Amino acid sequence: MKRTVPSIITFLVGTLLIVTFFIPHKPFSKLTDDFNTFFDIIAAFAFILGGGNLARMHGKRVASRQAGWFYSAVCLAGFFSMLIFGLLKIRYHDGALGWDLKGDLNNAQFLFQQMWEYIFRPGTSTIYALLAFFIASASYRAFRARNTEAALLLGTALIILLGRTFVGPILTAWLPPSLEFLTIPSLANWVMAWPTQAGNRAIMFGVALGIVSLSLKVILGIDRSHLGEKD
Amino acid sequence: MNRRRLIWAAVMLAAGAYLVLRIATGKMQAPVGVKGVGIWFAAFMTLAIFSFLFGDNPAYKFAEHLFVGVSAAYWMVVTFWTALVPNLFGKLFPDLVATYLMPGLKENGKAPEQDLFYLVPLVFGILLLWRLSPKAPWLSRWALAFIIGITAGLRLIGFLSSDFIGQIRNTMVPFVVLSADGGPLWGDTINNLVTLVGVTTALCYFYFSKEHDGVFGRISRVGIWTLMITFGAGFGYTVMGRVALLVGRLQFLLIDWLRLASP
Amino acid sequence: MPARLRLPELNRQFVFGLIAVVVCIPILWKFSFREYPSPMVRKVFDKVQSLPAGSKVLLALDYDPGAEAELQPMARAFLRHCAERKMKIYFMTLWATGPPVITRAIEDVLVPEFPGYRYGRDYVTLGFKPGNEAAVAIIASDLKKLFTTDGRGTNINDIEMTRPIRNIRSFDIVLSVSAGFPGTKEWIQYGTDPAGIPIAAGMTAVQAPLNYPYYPRQLLGLLGGIKAAAEYEALLKETYQKYNDPKYHLEATARMGPQTWAHLAIIGLIILGNLTTLLARAGRGRN
Repeated sequence: MKRTVPSIITFLVGTLLIVTFFIPHKPFSKLTDDFNTFFDIIAAFAFILGGGNLARMHGKRVASRQAGWFYSAVCLAGFFSMLIFGLLKIRYHDGALGWDLKGDLNNAQFLFQQMWEYIFRPGTSTIYALLAFFIASASYRAFRARNTEAALLLGTALIILLGRTFVGPILTAWLPPSLEFLTIPSLANWVMAWPTQAGNRAIMFGVALGIVSLSLKVILGIDRSHLGEKD
Repeated sequence: MNRRRLIWAAVMLAAGAYLVLRIATGKMQAPVGVKGVGIWFAAFMTLAIFSFLFGDNPAYKFAEHLFVGVSAAYWMVVTFWTALVPNLFGKLFPDLVATYLMPGLKENGKAPEQDLFYLVPLVFGILLLWRLSPKAPWLSRWALAFIIGITAGLRLIGFLSSDFIGQIRNTMVPFVVLSADGGPLWGDTINNLVTLVGVTTALCYFYFSKEHDGVFGRISRVGIWTLMITFGAGFGYTVMGRVALLVGRLQFLLIDWLRLASP
Repeated sequence: MPARLRLPELNRQFVFGLIAVVVCIPILWKFSFREYPSPMVRKVFDKVQSLPAGSKVLLALDYDPGAEAELQPMARAFLRHCAERKMKIYFMTLWATGPPVITRAIEDVLVPEFPGYRYGRDYVTLGFKPGNEAAVAIIASDLKKLFTTDGRGTNINDIEMTRPIRNIRSFDIVLSVSAGFPGTKEWIQYGTDPAGIPIAAGMTAVQAPLNYPYYPRQLLGLLGGIKAAAEYEALLKETYQKYNDPKYHLEATARMGPQTWAHLAIIGLIILGNLTTLLARAGRGRN
């Protein structure tokens, strides 16, 4: 029941999808569409599971007054206020609070949208923006042309960095039209379109073969690591 | 109070005084009303997360935890209203959902037929949530198995067709490209050769079942060069991407919040 | 090692400060130069330009605010172009964080700049659906199985422009603007490649090199990062004179100023780092 039934479910579902690829007709195609729709619904439950887990973990930390419990309380406050504002579609307009279960969730009057705009949006975009500082620092500390391979990597990066700004055309504007292909922007475009494409394609082959073999192992029950070690 | 703290306190005080002055002179929005408070809070979130550049600190931790809680709930709410309500509850209880939650379920004023087949994803969904229960959490594996089965089946087909066979087809290009009058087009020919040589040599480098020495070693060395060019381009593009995000964030601080320039 | 050959070690905070300053100054003093569109961007532009009025475009905006600084200008440029060509625009997202991004694109571009564009007749938002590649697979075979209502809760069969839509083959082109998984790759693998529908994409700079292998057979062309968005805006200006008016704020073009200075600063840091190593090595050799 704990490992055999899940393995059978995986086998049946996975096989059905493969069969449908070769025989895209009823009943296979209909069943595949149904299963894909079910997948979407179950994926939605997965988000609830994720939120539930987060609330449980931080709830425990607050209840037992563990180190950093104050921050867990902040996390829970953000979580529950967003949840209540969103599920009940609470709106704030002209100084009055109200709720509208039938309303469009994207309505800017909903407090849910206000929290998205003023907490979620700056949070997520700043976290990614932070990386610009670290990448600059890493460029200074670690990016060295120690050998041929490293020099190639560095040279390509410099061509791209210059070629993707308006400095690139200015620096090589003196080249005659017959040598236009040697301008920095042309070089940057060429590097992207040919050698980079070739390298990425080789990586893509490797990734594709890896995913195909792993999927086969999972469907055939050879790899059951996703079911966990313990019963 | 040590010297470092003293300097920080002075910087904060000066910044605070500057903000007060700008608000007093009407040059920036005061933290009043939903929008005013919102923009100020967004600025606080931005600065608190940027403060991580000087090391972990309470302001960063506060912003980080608030962000985690809000985003987890955001995903739950959005999937509830966009997937569970129309695609699950709307199938199982169409009249109820159309009356109280989503009038748009009705087509020409008529609610759709009940579809009990959708009890299957409901059961699987409940099984998935069972993981939170102290009793028999292993039941969630059945739902997980369904998710894994679909993912494995879809990926096997998608990657085999588009990323393996599709890429073989994309790599099968002519060695010599001829123009309409039969003469060679040297530019296109060189480009095709770069593709063929690049893909083949890089694949040789990934072949670890044979020692990389002799001719094979030299071929795989060319493969490494191809990959280095690839990674160099990747690095250049990554820098470009990260800087673009930083520009966006600093524009928010300087233009939307401080109003030091027009958009 | 002689002291005159030694370069100072820059500490992290100095590097951080330098980057902040070189980005902030051009934001405040607005430096921007002319953009020269690359062949790849021109190809995407020409394809969209060649589609007749009334063509159905599926505009998939698969990203979150984390990538908004890079992708929103691209989405706006696509949107402006499609609206100029009088196409029927169908918005969709595979990211839960996508619906507000769609709303923002509509409110910033369609509502103020194209007042004649009407919801339900000229554009519609189908909103978000979870399921990643499974969602694309259903859209490829039977869209209405997944979308019973549009993103605003109206029945999909009660909307003029969604009534005749069956699956991905009902669209003339897919324009995917994406920041990762699920995104352009999944649209190609499970949607456009099996169905034989043309797709062009705009993506983050990080994603762009990874998707080049699909070009040109499986992907008409791709716009990588803010620079490509600025080039697309330059083509819009070249083709439609009204965009030369500063009231049409072309975001990507404006951002290329700070972008350039930051690139130059990083190039300077790389060169400085290498010089430091070279001089240290030379000093060691002499000793």
